[in-house]
Amino acid sequence: MTNEEIKIKITEILPAATFDETGEWLNVFVEASAFRSFMEQIRSDKDLDLDYMFCLTCVDWKTHLTMVYHLSSTNTRHCVVVKVKLDRDKPEIETVCDIWRTAELHEREVFEMFGVNFLHHPDLRLLILPDDFIGYPLRKDFEDPINMIKL
Amino acid sequence: MFEEIGTTAEGDLLINVGPQHPATHGVLHLVLTLNGEIIKKVEPHLGYIHRSIEKMCESLSYRQFIYVTSRMDYLSAHINNHACALVVEKGLQVEVPLRAQYIRVIMDELTRIASHELWWSAMSMDLGAFTPYFLAFREREKINEIMEETCGARLTMNYMVPGGVMAEPHPDFQKKVKAFVADFKKTLHEYDELITGNIIFQNRMKGVGYLSPEDAISYGCTGPVARASGVKSDIRKIAPYDVYDKVEFDEIIETGGDCFTRYQVRIKEMSQSIRIIEQLIDNIPDGDFQAKTKAVLKLPKGEFYQRVETARGELGVYIVSEGAAQPYRIKFRSPGFSNLSALDHMVRGYKIGDFIAIMGTLDLVIPDIDR
Amino acid sequence: MFSLEGLTNFIHEWLNGHLPATFALLAEFVLVGVAAIGLFAVLGLGLVWMERKVAAVIQIRLGPNRIGPKGIFQTSADTVKLIMKESLTPANADKFLFNLAPFVVIIVAMLILVPIAFAKAFQIWDINIGVLYVTAVSSLSVIGILMAGWSSGNKYSLLGAMRSGAQIVSYELSAGLSIITIIVLTGSLKISDIVASQENGWWIFKAHIPAIIAFVIFIIAATAETNRAPFDLAEAESELTAGFHTEYGGMKFALFFLSEYINIFIVCAIGATLFLGGWMPFHVGHWAAFNHIMDYIPSSIWFFGKTIFLIFVIMWFRWTFPRLRVDQLLNLEWKYLLPISMFNVLLMTLVAIMGWHF
Repeated sequence: MTNEEIKIKITEILPAATFDETGEWLNVFVEASAFRSFMEQIRSDKDLDLDYMFCLTCVDWKTHLTMVYHLSSTNTRHCVVVKVKLDRDKPEIETVCDIWRTAELHEREVFEMFGVNFLHHPDLRLLILPDDFIGYPLRKDFEDPINMIKL
Repeated sequence: MFEEIGTTAEGDLLINVGPQHPATHGVLHLVLTLNGEIIKKVEPHLGYIHRSIEKMCESLSYRQFIYVTSRMDYLSAHINNHACALVVEKGLQVEVPLRAQYIRVIMDELTRIASHELWWSAMSMDLGAFTPYFLAFREREKINEIMEETCGARLTMNYMVPGGVMAEPHPDFQKKVKAFVADFKKTLHEYDELITGNIIFQNRMKGVGYLSPEDAISYGCTGPVARASGVKSDIRKIAPYDVYDKVEFDEIIETGGDCFTRYQVRIKEMSQSIRIIEQLIDNIPDGDFQAKTKAVLKLPKGEFYQRVETARGELGVYIVSEGAAQPYRIKFRSPGFSNLSALDHMVRGYKIGDFIAIMGTLDLVIPDIDR
Repeated sequence: MFSLEGLTNFIHEWLNGHLPATFALLAEFVLVGVAAIGLFAVLGLGLVWMERKVAAVIQIRLGPNRIGPKGIFQTSADTVKLIMKESLTPANADKFLFNLAPFVVIIVAMLILVPIAFAKAFQIWDINIGVLYVTAVSSLSVIGILMAGWSSGNKYSLLGAMRSGAQIVSYELSAGLSIITIIVLTGSLKISDIVASQENGWWIFKAHIPAIIAFVIFIIAATAETNRAPFDLAEAESELTAGFHTEYGGMKFALFFLSEYINIFIVCAIGATLFLGGWMPFHVGHWAAFNHIMDYIPSSIWFFGKTIFLIFVIMWFRWTFPRLRVDQLLNLEWKYLLPISMFNVLLMTLVAIMGWHF
């Protein structure tokens, strides 16, 4: 599918979605409130067929956080990037780990590194960091006086 | 007595496999819930070798951060470097000289063979056969020598730079690679004779750890793990980079989905890598080994993503740039992390011995998972 | 012709000539004890060295080669290291059983040495139930292993011990049955009778296919009983780190290690005695001249030669095969080896009754 076709399709599913085509792939911006049903629909849509999530991450923009989901289809190989802006003080988003099961570990990683709270995640605990760790290491304002590399 | 030994409320035995355990090949920590010998659940606890490479890279320049990535999946160090070099080139829109592209691809494939050999030996060792280790290391040593001569290092090569490769390959490079290829074709059948045909080995592997294609996709499995389940996932075919679109090779797709199929896929991939090297090694064009780039690289504002096929699967490098000399945010999508997430699904209901076999065929490299 | 029989007779007569009968007997006990412990040490060191060299040859490398010529003192150096090491007892171990277990295992290994005929008329005690004694006593070693696994307070040890228990108890059956196939022919459990019955040829050649089947089953069962790869599930280093002896260190570990090698020696010695004629030289029927020439080779060399050949075979297994899974291990015994050996005993009985053997 070309980007234009994907755009038409996605607009049908969620008219409020906005697009950004500057990157390699089509970027879709979605509101956090509509996020969960949107993801369910693009996964089950026969034409889009986005069955493979190859990357899930978060970017700290200092004013807000952005969740970035890289999705692809294993049949037609088109890729879509879904982005969701989150409030930096109280980041909350619905989980997608029952849609793409790879998201389970990735969401846990984002949870501890950025402090994003994934609602309805079955097992949201610290995965990498020690249990008594305080802070969100990959946020821009994280300071570790001992281990930080500053050049 | 059982309170002391540690059980769950249902009376199942909890066992820590790792962080120090012979079969995890590193500091992976898995908590097994056992009912006798049967595994009910596996829960990974990561972070024992987490260096937060992503955070480190945020304060390193685009030339420097590549060297950190050798320490991620240290068995595919070349391919990690290659991914980083490609994503920076994508941002700068640098045309890489053909000579550099050829050398890069040859190095990638040599790394892949070396990595698969190490996997083969380590997996056989997990299954209780010790001799394969030495057979595989005999060949791997030759690759390491080639790497050492050209790159100056045996494991973390750091040979790829944005715009090409760091230096001309060693004058003996072509000769040695050709000698290796000839040798390797002669010895590859020994691997099959020693292990593949063994009845004990086949009984241990066949029908164990089945992963369906739907699950493989859903869990984000890539590389030989996905290909053994019949999922086309070779980035070299899906989105060819450098000269992969100019060489002929087969993407090994099998549909068995069990441990034995994963084993076979990797063994067959080694001969495909040999095929790629054979097509390239005689035709390395003359020219520069590196494109001219500025001393300080600055990627334009935007997002760049590069996918490459490492020995373990799809490695993705996601760079968010703000136009500075350092990346604003880097995310490495490592194949091991996603493949690990399928482990729990695969081992449930199997025995401890099967768990070791499944772990072996997943080919996990712990620094790749932890980053 | 050199014979150990003369030596033992000489010592016996000399002691009886110079000491009262009771003291002479006591002195002989001490001598035998010292000799047995000496044999233990030599076997332990020798077999470990041999294992490492065999492994090295199979794995295209050199093996130990620094200490002594061809590295033969490597194992002695290792022993010194092990003696020097501190023996730790884990905090939540059952201290008494934990410390007792290695001794149980090693004492059992030592006890089985009793009826083995090392050379012509060179035997500690030619007990009339020799083979039965060996099978009975060797099954005691599982108690030591269970003790070690349970008392360590470690889950890996426990799993290893449980596996080992299941394994040894199962494989005892087919080992016993394959021994019985030869007993059917000899009609005696006494080791010296069994060896003597092979004067005109070894049983493996004389008793046709049933003996060969029994021999193969015996070797498999012996490998399993001694917990050697491919049946080393009790230790299974990649699964259970070290199985039942995970928590042991220093000399206590060395005792387990030593008893493993002694057990291999013993099962191979029994195999050699039953199937390959023990110390009996290679004789062929009525070829008197040929048999006479064979007699020139000392009987002890025949015995140790055969035993070490069998040990080599078992080592060869270890460095070639991957490990079985626990259910496959039990399947192999209960679904294949046991029915085959039961049938084989029947067949052998028929052979013995009809007198079809040579």
